[in-house]
Amino acid sequence: MNLHFRPILTALRRHKSGTLLIALQIALTLAIVCNALFIIHARLANLSKASGVDESSVFVIANQWAADWSTPQVDAQVQADLLALRRLPAVRDATPATGYPLKGGGWDNFVTLTPEQTQPTTDAAVYTGDANFLDTLGLKLVAGRNFRPDEVMVMGTQQATFSPTAIVSKALADKLFPAGDALGKSFYAMSPMPSTIVGIVDPLHRQGVDQYSNAHAGQALIWPIRSDDSRGLYYIVRAKPGQLAAAMREAPKALLAQSRLRIIDPKDGIQDYATIRHKVYDSDRGMAILMGIICVVLLAITAAGIVGLTSFWVGQRRRQIGVRRALGARQRDILAYFLTENFLISAAGVALGVVLAFAFNLWTVTRFALDRMSLGYVGVGVIVLLLLGQGAVLAPALRASRVSPVEATRSV
Amino acid sequence: MFAYYLELALRSLKRSPGLTALMVLAIGFGVAASMTSWSVFRAVSGDPIPWKSAQLFVPQIDNWGPNGRNPNGDPPSAMDYADATTLMRDHRAKRQSAMYQISPSIVPAGAGKHPINVSGHAVYGEFFPMLDTPFQYGSGWGASDDANRAQVTVISSKLNQKLFGGTNSVGRSVSIEGRDYRVVGVLNDWNPQPRFYDVVNSGGFNSQSDDVFLPFQTAIQAAIPNDGNTNCNAVPKESGFIGLQQSECVWIAYLAELDDAAAVAAYRDYLQGYAREQQQAGRFGWAPNNRLRDLRAWLDDQHVVPRDTKVSLLVALGLLLVCLVNTIGLLLAKFLRRSGEIGVRRALGATRKAIYLQFLTEAGMVGVAGGGLGLALTCAGVAGVGWVLPKDIASLARLDVSLLVLTLLVAVLATMLAGLYPTWRASRVQPAWQLKSN
Repeated sequence: MNLHFRPILTALRRHKSGTLLIALQIALTLAIVCNALFIIHARLANLSKASGVDESSVFVIANQWAADWSTPQVDAQVQADLLALRRLPAVRDATPATGYPLKGGGWDNFVTLTPEQTQPTTDAAVYTGDANFLDTLGLKLVAGRNFRPDEVMVMGTQQATFSPTAIVSKALADKLFPAGDALGKSFYAMSPMPSTIVGIVDPLHRQGVDQYSNAHAGQALIWPIRSDDSRGLYYIVRAKPGQLAAAMREAPKALLAQSRLRIIDPKDGIQDYATIRHKVYDSDRGMAILMGIICVVLLAITAAGIVGLTSFWVGQRRRQIGVRRALGARQRDILAYFLTENFLISAAGVALGVVLAFAFNLWTVTRFALDRMSLGYVGVGVIVLLLLGQGAVLAPALRASRVSPVEATRSV
Repeated sequence: MFAYYLELALRSLKRSPGLTALMVLAIGFGVAASMTSWSVFRAVSGDPIPWKSAQLFVPQIDNWGPNGRNPNGDPPSAMDYADATTLMRDHRAKRQSAMYQISPSIVPAGAGKHPINVSGHAVYGEFFPMLDTPFQYGSGWGASDDANRAQVTVISSKLNQKLFGGTNSVGRSVSIEGRDYRVVGVLNDWNPQPRFYDVVNSGGFNSQSDDVFLPFQTAIQAAIPNDGNTNCNAVPKESGFIGLQQSECVWIAYLAELDDAAAVAAYRDYLQGYAREQQQAGRFGWAPNNRLRDLRAWLDDQHVVPRDTKVSLLVALGLLLVCLVNTIGLLLAKFLRRSGEIGVRRALGATRKAIYLQFLTEAGMVGVAGGGLGLALTCAGVAGVGWVLPKDIASLARLDVSLLVLTLLVAVLATMLAGLYPTWRASRVQPAWQLKSN
C-alpha cells in the first residue's frame, strides 16, 4: 500500500484544534490506563500469593475466655479443648495459635544474627503453636524436623516467652543465611537467648498483607509455644478432606461442651480460609475492580470521541472524497487515508501519553510511595490505544470509502 | 430570548441524538466517578471534631532514643506507662487523658445469659468533657473517681440497649471481667470517624463503636489488659501486664486540651523539661526529642487517609478531565457543522454575543442532562462503593444534599467550560464566506 503522509498532514493542519483534542485525549487516556493497569496488576499479584495453608480444609476459631483464670487453669482448659477437637470424627488435627496466615496483621519481631546488633537484619511474622501446627495448617517441611511435644512451652498473659528452637519459612532462612545452610543455625528475634532453626517450611505467608508485610514477604518463624493468654486464643482446625462443613458445625459444640466460659462470636468467631482470604484482600480486590471499571469507561469514552469527531470530518469532506474517487482513488485508498490519519494522530497522542504516564507514576512514587512502573505496562497501553483508535475509526472510514464519486458534482 | 435559545438548543440536540447521547454519557460517567470518589475522600479526610481540633494536642515523648525513631526522626507514636502516668499526675494542660484499648467480657444479668465481649477504652474522667461526648443519661466521672479508683463505667447506648433495654441505667451495675461497676453515664450515638482519640490502635477507622469506658487506674488495678497494639524496642524484663507497665513498651494514647498559643508554648516547655529531667536521671541517654502536634497535624502525620482513597480520587479526576477534553472535541464538531446556520443568523443581524449565548445555552443543556445522569450514577456509585472498598471506609461515604448539588454544579460548570472554546470558534464564523459557499 502506498501511504502518502504529506497530504494527510496538510489536511490535518486545517483541523488543528480537533486533531489536538484527539491527541490530547489519547495521551491522557494512555497515562491513566497505564497507571491503572499497573495498580491492577500489583493488586492481583497480591491476591494470588500462596499462603502455604491447606485452605480447602482449614478453619479458625477465635476463642475468648469469659473467666478470670490463672495461666495453669487456662492451660488445662486449652489442652482439654485440643483433645476434644482432635477427637471429632470430621477433624484431622488442631493447634492452639496466636495468629494465622492472612489474618491481616499480628505479631512480628525484628530478627538479628547477634544479640548486640542494633540494626535488625530483617523482620519476621511470629506464629506460635504446638507440635501439631505444621500438620494442622498443612505446611510443607522442606528441611529439618517438626517440633517434638516436649519442646512446647507455655505462654501466659502478655508474657514474653522465647523458645530455643524454631521452624522458619524458607524466605526467612534464605534472608538470614543466603548460603542456604540455615538448618542448625541460630538467630535472635528480640529475645535475650538464641533460637536454633530445626526445620524449614515453604511457603508460609505472613499474617499481614500490607505494604510493610509485602516488603518482608513470606518471612515468618514458628515457635513451639502454647498460648495460655487469659484473654483468649485461636484454635486452627484442619478438617478431613471434604468434611470442612461438618467439622465447622461440630467444633464449636464440642468446645462449649468442654466449658461454657468462653465467647465465640456468632458472626465471625469461626471462619474458613475462603472467608479469611476474601476479607484480608478486600481493599486490594476493591482497588483492582475500581481501576478496572475506570479503565473500561475511559477507553469507551475515548473510542466514542474518536468515532464522533471522525464522523464529523467525514461528513465535512464528502465532496473532497467524491472528487478523489472521481479522479481514480479506489475505496481502499479512502479507507487507508482515514486509518493513516488516525494512526498519525494516535501516534502523536501516544508519544505525549508515554511522557505523561511516567510523570504521573513518578509523582505517585514520591507522593504515595507506590512502586515504579515497568515499561511493560506502557507498552501494553500503547498497543491497546493504537488498536482502539484504528477500531474506532473503522466505521466512519468505511462510510467515507462508500462515498460515491457523484458527490463531487453536488454542491453540498 | 433565553426561551428561544433553549428551544434552538433542544432542536439542535435532537437533530444528532447519537452525538448528544455520547456527550451526556461522557459527562455523566466522568462526574459520577469523581463525585463517588470524592464522597469517600471527603468522609475519610474530614475533621472529626471541627469545633475543637485546634485545641486538642497529642504529645509524643522520645523514650526509645535514636534507634527507635522513624526515618523522619519522630519518636514513638504512643506512650509507655511511666511517661503517661507522670504527665497525668503533673496535669499541666487544661484537660487531658491517657487511654488504652480494652476488650473485656461482660456478663449480662439474668440466669443462663451468655457472656459477651465488648471493646472500649480505659480513660481519665476529663476525657468526656474534653471531647464533648454526647450523653443520653448521666455524665462522666469526676477526678475523685479517678483518684479513688472507683468502680464506675460509661457505656454506649448500644450496650445500654442490650443490657438494660435502653432505659436510664444510671446507678445500675454491670459485671465487667467478674467485677461490678456502677453505670454513671450512657453515651448517645458516638463513634467519631476517624477515631481520632486513639488512631494508633484503630488505624483511624473502625465501624465498631466503643461500648464501654472505665477509669484508667481502675482498669490498671483490675488488671484488665491492653487489647490494642503494644510496641517494644526491647523485651520487658518482667512478664505479664505488670511487666508491661514497668517496661519502655509503648501502648498508651494521650490527648491534651490547650486553649491558646501561650498554653501550647508552656506545655512544650513542660515536655522539654520533663525529657531533660529524664536525661539527667539517666533514663534517657539522648537530648529531648518531643513532639506536640494538634489533632489535624497528628491525623495527617499518622496517614489516617488511606493511600488508596487518594489514588482513586486522583484517577477519577483524571477520568473527568478526559471526559471534558472529549466533550470539547464533540461540541466543536457539533457547533462547526452548523457554520452555515450561524452564517445565516449572523447575516440576519444576530450579534456575536447572541451566538455566544445560544451555544453556551446548548452546552449548558448538555451539562444539565449529563448532571442528571451523573446524579443517578453517583447515587448508584455511593450505594455500590461497599462492594469494592473495605467496609470500615465504604460505610462512611454518604449521599447528602451538598453532594448532590455539587454533582450537578460540577457537571454544568465543567460542560460550560468545555463549551467555551467551541462557542468562541462558532462566533468567529464569517457569515459572508458561509453564505457564498452555500
